[in-house]
Amino acid sequence: MTKILNVDNLRKTYTSGSKNLTVLDAISFSIEAGDTFAIVGPSGSGKTTLLGLCAGLDRSDEGTISLCGQELGALNEDERALLRNQKVGFIFQDFQLLSTLTALENVSVPLELQGASNAAKTAMELLEKVGLGDRHDHYPTQLSGVEQQRVALARAFSNAPDILFADEPTGNLDEETGEKVIKLLFDLNTEMGTTLVIVTHDLELAHRNNHVLRLKGGKIIANETTTVS
Amino acid sequence: MAWRDGKASGKRLLLFMASIILGIAAVVSIQSFSQNLEENIGLQSKALMGADFLIDSNQPANERVVQLMDSLGGFNSMEVKFASMAAFSKENASKLVQVRGIEGRFPFYGELETVPKGAANTYQKQEGALVDATVMLQFGLQPGDSVTLGTLRFPIIGSLVSAPGSTGIGTSVAPPVLIPFRFLANSGLLDRGSRLSYAYYFQNPKADLQKLDEQVDPQLDAENADMDTHTSTSERLGRRYNNVGRFLNLVAFIALLLGCVGIASSVHIYIKEKLRSVAVLKCLGASRKQTFLIYLIQIAGMGFIGGAIGTLLGLLLQQTFPLILQEFLPFDVVIGTSVQAILIGLLLGVFMSVLFALSPLINTWYVSPLQVLRKQESLESESRPAQLAVLLAIVLFVFLFAYWLLQNFGFAVGFVLGIAVTFAILGGVAIVFMRLLKRYFPKSWSFSARQSLLNLYRPNNQTAVLILAIGIGTFLISTLYFTKDFLLAKTELESSENTPNIILFDIQTNQKEAVAATITPKGLPILDNIPIITMRLQKIKDRSVNDIRLDSTSTIRGWILSHEFRVTYRDSLLPSEELLEGTWSTEINPNRPIPISLSDNVAKDAQVVLGDTLQFNVQGMLMETIVGSIRKVDWGRPQLNFSIVFPSGVLEKAPQFHVISTHAPDKKVSASLQQELVQNFPNVSVIDLRQVLALVEGILDKISWVISFMAFFSIITGIIVLIGSVRNSKYQRIRESVLLRTLGAKSSQILKITALEYLYLGFLGSGVGILLSLVGSQLLAYFVFDTAFVPSWVPFLVVLPGITLLVLAIGLSNSRSVLNSPPLQVLRKEGR
Repeated sequence: MTKILNVDNLRKTYTSGSKNLTVLDAISFSIEAGDTFAIVGPSGSGKTTLLGLCAGLDRSDEGTISLCGQELGALNEDERALLRNQKVGFIFQDFQLLSTLTALENVSVPLELQGASNAAKTAMELLEKVGLGDRHDHYPTQLSGVEQQRVALARAFSNAPDILFADEPTGNLDEETGEKVIKLLFDLNTEMGTTLVIVTHDLELAHRNNHVLRLKGGKIIANETTTVS
Repeated sequence: MAWRDGKASGKRLLLFMASIILGIAAVVSIQSFSQNLEENIGLQSKALMGADFLIDSNQPANERVVQLMDSLGGFNSMEVKFASMAAFSKENASKLVQVRGIEGRFPFYGELETVPKGAANTYQKQEGALVDATVMLQFGLQPGDSVTLGTLRFPIIGSLVSAPGSTGIGTSVAPPVLIPFRFLANSGLLDRGSRLSYAYYFQNPKADLQKLDEQVDPQLDAENADMDTHTSTSERLGRRYNNVGRFLNLVAFIALLLGCVGIASSVHIYIKEKLRSVAVLKCLGASRKQTFLIYLIQIAGMGFIGGAIGTLLGLLLQQTFPLILQEFLPFDVVIGTSVQAILIGLLLGVFMSVLFALSPLINTWYVSPLQVLRKQESLESESRPAQLAVLLAIVLFVFLFAYWLLQNFGFAVGFVLGIAVTFAILGGVAIVFMRLLKRYFPKSWSFSARQSLLNLYRPNNQTAVLILAIGIGTFLISTLYFTKDFLLAKTELESSENTPNIILFDIQTNQKEAVAATITPKGLPILDNIPIITMRLQKIKDRSVNDIRLDSTSTIRGWILSHEFRVTYRDSLLPSEELLEGTWSTEINPNRPIPISLSDNVAKDAQVVLGDTLQFNVQGMLMETIVGSIRKVDWGRPQLNFSIVFPSGVLEKAPQFHVISTHAPDKKVSASLQQELVQNFPNVSVIDLRQVLALVEGILDKISWVISFMAFFSIITGIIVLIGSVRNSKYQRIRESVLLRTLGAKSSQILKITALEYLYLGFLGSGVGILLSLVGSQLLAYFVFDTAFVPSWVPFLVVLPGITLLVLAIGLSNSRSVLNSPPLQVLRKEGR
């Protein structure tokens, strides 16, 4: 199997006033294509920062990240954006839908950015897949939390990504609706072969992945392989 | 609490403040300067006239006037003033000047400011002339050179920098030349009948000027003379400058209103974001009043600081006004600090900030503590009565302030309506545009183009405020441009050979043929040869003008009663005239009154209609006439226009002078003709219309510069409101851009979305502003200037793209960080 993400000796510090705060230190791990991978840890352990760095949303101070065969440190912002657009999907805890766009338009954004001609058709198919075909012309404010997250899910898969980063995907949802979203996520992973990287507090969700990376105080305390049922 | 909360939002509050600083600065500077001007006019009123009072007339004092003057202790100095051609030795040049022949030691107050300084005291003794400083400069003249007036040659003793009675724009057309009066009798210049003006100056500081005005002036009126006291002259002057001041005040007030709209919009978003904090405070036990006061105090504090900075800026700014307005001011203005203007600045700052912020502030009153748990959908229905009351208070305040500035109920209502209509149209266009956009959304456009359109109606959008700010600024600039344009077009000379550009005045009947014989050998045409007879009205509809003067209930306009009309006779209408009523009569019946034609404005001011009788005093001879027709005259045409025209066959024998016009193809021919005329006919005055029009253009340029200067405040305020609006939605825009970036948008795509959004805003705002100014200028042209309006392309080609690009630049400068930094870094930086 090929490695889709390779992180080597990563370090990230922030400056707060006159102090330097090390958020991540000596982080190394790799993920194989088609795998499912969870990052867990207490609040402030650096989970979301690590996700941002891996997805090319931020730059590290030290170390290297290779995503889909490309060294992120060597790419400029536009090249990273292009890589994300073609090979990466995202799901956020607070959905991050564009409030001025309908559900259908939100889903088609990644394809529109590519200039794809069949954006609306593909987006509609994905919306139907997540059970929102009849709500395609609704704006985010007209949708419930779970519906918004399903739209975000459809958007995340609209560009058929090689790897999908999910930051606390069920954080804002109740147990029942959260479960529906997770099922959709894993179903799509199975159908499309997309690598999943999920940041979560939920240990049960974490253990449904093939691998679990545990962070504490910005350092890896464990990198486990789980037995997925 | 207000301070603690405000401290955290310091930067945003600073921007609110900036919105009103310039408006306050504009109002304070104009207020303070007007006050200073008024005080200066009051203090210098004697120096402006040069005497305590004067009696003036277009004819030498008759016996009755001499008696009256004697009863006042006799005059101390006298003057004869008239326009004449002056020839200068140095460059063989000639120019129309205003000759002031002075006897006695006028002025008694103020001074004749000359170079060299002593020239003012010696020109009488040295039998020389003081020549206007600009003319000296124009022709390279030095003291010792000479000036020829009529048949007399005077050595130039000094250049005249300023003199009482020679002020304002009029001196640009005919600059003053002062000579001793005693030489005029032999100059040949006084044989000119009616175009002389006599003034008798009195020095009597103890005189009761009001009593003189009330008792002596009416007696002088009956003798075709007039009395002016230094106080009445300065009041008249003050009124004239006050009118200009009021107009500029209104322009400044518009800048302030625009700033206030910016405040209202910024506070609206600011408070909206604070509503959750308000709900939390209420949960913790804060009362409605306490939470309301937290934000009210913040806004009032901001208004006070903004008002104070604006006031300071205004006081500094007014120091530059004498430099800007020097061409229009009759004296040096000493600038002081006006307490009234300072108070107005501070009060306006606090009051207007609070008033315009009240509407959003009211929401803090109605927000429920439940909002902490669940988002409240709308506060609209609960707060509606209070919002209506605020709206009424705003309209009332704007009206009262406009009324205070204009002192006229109708004008104040007009101003409020004008502002309301302009704001409503601009705001309406924004709303209609957004609705149309939603309805007919161009789904086939590219993603970037569609996304930029969608941004115009995102939540918390500032589209309406931005279009208003950009629109008002553009409206003011374009209206100024259009108005100046058609005023200039109105006075423009046609270059055709049949259009006169040189006019010769004061030709005596016996000189008529000889003058024509000077013109025609040069190959120049005689285009007009018009006789002019001066006369005054004696009776209107069988009632003497003296009776009418004494009748306080009469509504006939005063000028009609004392005006010396210059009348001509001819047997046909001019092509530029239009007969409105009656028939043009050429037949005269010796037993019936003479049918004459009046211009519509004279008929209106004299309150006469067809068939009414008028009795004229034609230099001592009474003449019965009847209104036979009423004409519309195009006064803007650069030609000789007459308000009263007699038929041929009546006035041919009356004492008269003639006006001849011709067309000189270029400056050289014009100069040579003028030189010859000055040499052979010293009493004839020549006006070169091209020079006059160049002067008019220069004056209009200066006026429009002054108005542009005030409009500049609106533009800058508009830009500050624009920056404020852009900043208000900056975090939201950046979040959107970062999200797009996360999903893979390239720099060029984000740049395109942002650029297009601001292009739409800039284009729509400035486009509507220009269209509104087209309508406004058309109305101005039709109702005020009575002229045709052919719009220029310049506002469309310069103002429209200029302002659109400015808006674009401000908008793009806001998005730089998104383009060059990683998305999370941007969010961390901007989210602080």
